[in-house]
Amino acid sequence: MMISGAKIVVETLIEQGCDTVFGYPGGQVIDLFDELYDARDRVHHILTAHEQGAAHAADGYARSTGKVGVVIATSGPGATNLVTGIATAFLDSVPMVAVTGNVSCSQIGRDSFQEVDIVGVTMPITKHNFIVKNIEELADIIRMAFKIAKSGRPGPVLVDIPKDIQTAKCEFEAKAQPVIPYPIIYAPEDKLRKAVELIDSCSKPYIYFGGGIITGKASEALISFSEKLNAPMGCSLMGLSAVSCEHPNFLGMQGMHGHFASSVAEDEADLIIALGVRFSDRATGNTKRFGKNSKIIHIDIDGAELQKNITAYLPIRGDILDALERLTAMVKDHNNPEWAARIDALRIEELKRTESALKIRHSKDCENCYVKCSHSDAPEDEYLAPYDIIDTLSAAAPENIIVVTDVGQHQMWTAQRYPLKKPRTFLTSGGLGTMGYGIGASIGASIATGKHILLFTGDGSFGMNLNELATAVTNQIPVVIVIMNNGVLGMVHQIQSLFYNKRYSNTVLSRKTDFVKLAEAFGAKGIHCSNTQELKAAAEEAFSYNGPFVIDCAVDCNQLVLPTLPPGGSIDNIITEIK
Amino acid sequence: MENKYVIAVLVSNISGVLSRVSGMFTRRGFNIDSLTVGETESSGFSRITISFHGDDDIKERILQQLQKLHDVREVEVLNANDTVIRELLLIKVRNKSESRQDIMTAVEIFRSKIVDYSPTALICELTGETSKIDAFIELLKPCGIMEMCRTGIVAVERGDNCLKTVK
Repeated sequence: MMISGAKIVVETLIEQGCDTVFGYPGGQVIDLFDELYDARDRVHHILTAHEQGAAHAADGYARSTGKVGVVIATSGPGATNLVTGIATAFLDSVPMVAVTGNVSCSQIGRDSFQEVDIVGVTMPITKHNFIVKNIEELADIIRMAFKIAKSGRPGPVLVDIPKDIQTAKCEFEAKAQPVIPYPIIYAPEDKLRKAVELIDSCSKPYIYFGGGIITGKASEALISFSEKLNAPMGCSLMGLSAVSCEHPNFLGMQGMHGHFASSVAEDEADLIIALGVRFSDRATGNTKRFGKNSKIIHIDIDGAELQKNITAYLPIRGDILDALERLTAMVKDHNNPEWAARIDALRIEELKRTESALKIRHSKDCENCYVKCSHSDAPEDEYLAPYDIIDTLSAAAPENIIVVTDVGQHQMWTAQRYPLKKPRTFLTSGGLGTMGYGIGASIGASIATGKHILLFTGDGSFGMNLNELATAVTNQIPVVIVIMNNGVLGMVHQIQSLFYNKRYSNTVLSRKTDFVKLAEAFGAKGIHCSNTQELKAAAEEAFSYNGPFVIDCAVDCNQLVLPTLPPGGSIDNIITEIK
Repeated sequence: MENKYVIAVLVSNISGVLSRVSGMFTRRGFNIDSLTVGETESSGFSRITISFHGDDDIKERILQQLQKLHDVREVEVLNANDTVIRELLLIKVRNKSESRQDIMTAVEIFRSKIVDYSPTALICELTGETSKIDAFIELLKPCGIMEMCRTGIVAVERGDNCLKTVK
């Protein structure tokens, strides 16, 4: 059947199993949107307030389900507004297909209205990208985009489609099945045997896992492996939710703001088994110092991650689920009472050290603070401790709710504290650290799963993309938005406080934003909380409300994320307490 | 330990592929000493020859990152001892009576060719390995180099070792 390029795009998206697209129309995608109008009962289009929000929504859709997220934007500014969203997905290995319109082929290169070389712009932040210059290739390019996005280590792929390609006509026949990913790469047998030798001869094993466990659907295999080894486990930020926080071997996130016990256990181990991780600098601290007491086995599906940041003793490329199942079958049962006792001691030590983090830090007069914020005069009992906020919300939230965060202090507190139990229930921008990620991702995740979402954000992060509150209201997204409102850009403020002599350059917001009124203005609900009783009541109300519900929580700006490392520091410099 | 490496990269012959390859080097902070690209015997593929220096780790990282690119079919490090490496030089020098004999001698010894001769300037053409080209240029410096242009290296392994076009 001869159909237009625009229709081919829509039909191919449906053929690939896409039920929802996020996007924003514009001059060079009018034809595409015209076809979406016809197909509106087969593919649901969510109109966001800004293309960045659409990209994060596609990301949230993908992270919460494992399916490929799809976003559509027009040429020029529409396309460049996607860039942060695409980079966010790229750094965290999220499968995404971004479709952009462009000016007609004959107009390309002439600096036409709303023309930008988006293929050039996104080359370093996509797994691959295409510009379609021939209508005959259009359907297969979109299929290939899906194939690349979901194969191996997933990632975003961009397809740029000039307007004349959308209007041209071509023969099209839909395929019966979505594309199959490239064949799985299995770890070589000899390498696994070597790994078994190392594992069976070590006495203090430690498992460090990352997002690869979630992508590779290897949570159960990992748990069996850890139980057979009796090995403690810690994870990167991206690994969170892969293993239930209640598992006795799980010590929590490690690294710069990770749990004390997991970071120290990793340092004292004689064998680190790193699974589906890329040794981000946030997880390792100073790489020269990292793992100096141990041998490292590193297993990952992406060969380019092996020996990139850390030189492993035994690098193995292969599918993580397969590798773990084979390893578990081959290794002997381990029992290391001394090591187990040491881990227990570390847990107790950690509890002691975190006690102070549970308390409210409040100083009426921020010492040496150049800018007096509105907070400094308020009495102590008008603030909530971050961990109290998280505990109260998690007590009120439905079991296995999807938790989304923005970026900054609130993100680290949530990562440290929220009791995550099931894979794909924690969505956060780990690699790129994108402030403003949360609201878009929440919308995408809620639409993908049909469930309530719990978003933790800060007043800084929320300010970046709060326009998406409009999208959440329009689409009646059940999302509880908890703003840890401390009046400062907390993470940088904290670094300035600890390492820059309290010179708070441009981190004190001095804004007068009333988030309750703001929520109401958008058509959402909002409430302000300054103590636990109020918060409990608010949380209950919020989870029974079918739509966006903003809870504005007063947090003192002196509250710190601990542990922390000084810039360039390692486990030797870990700071767990500030007097 | 720093080494010099020559790699051959077989890529799909489509627009933008050179940007992807060179962009990867820029993005990851690797340095390229020389890069050449041209069509191959099969019209669907181009072959890029890249030389760079670095330690073994850098080399491995470059190979891994190149293999990740969708348009890259095959990457191979060419064995320095068993590879024919060539570069082409075109160099224009002043045609002065006092230095003409020196130029002629150099041309003869290096088996270069004079491909253009005018009253004021002459152009020499030379192929060879990089060190030979370097030496020739050094020799012509006193004669007054007006402009020069070198292609960067192309390289093919000896024997029946070939880069396959099927991934």
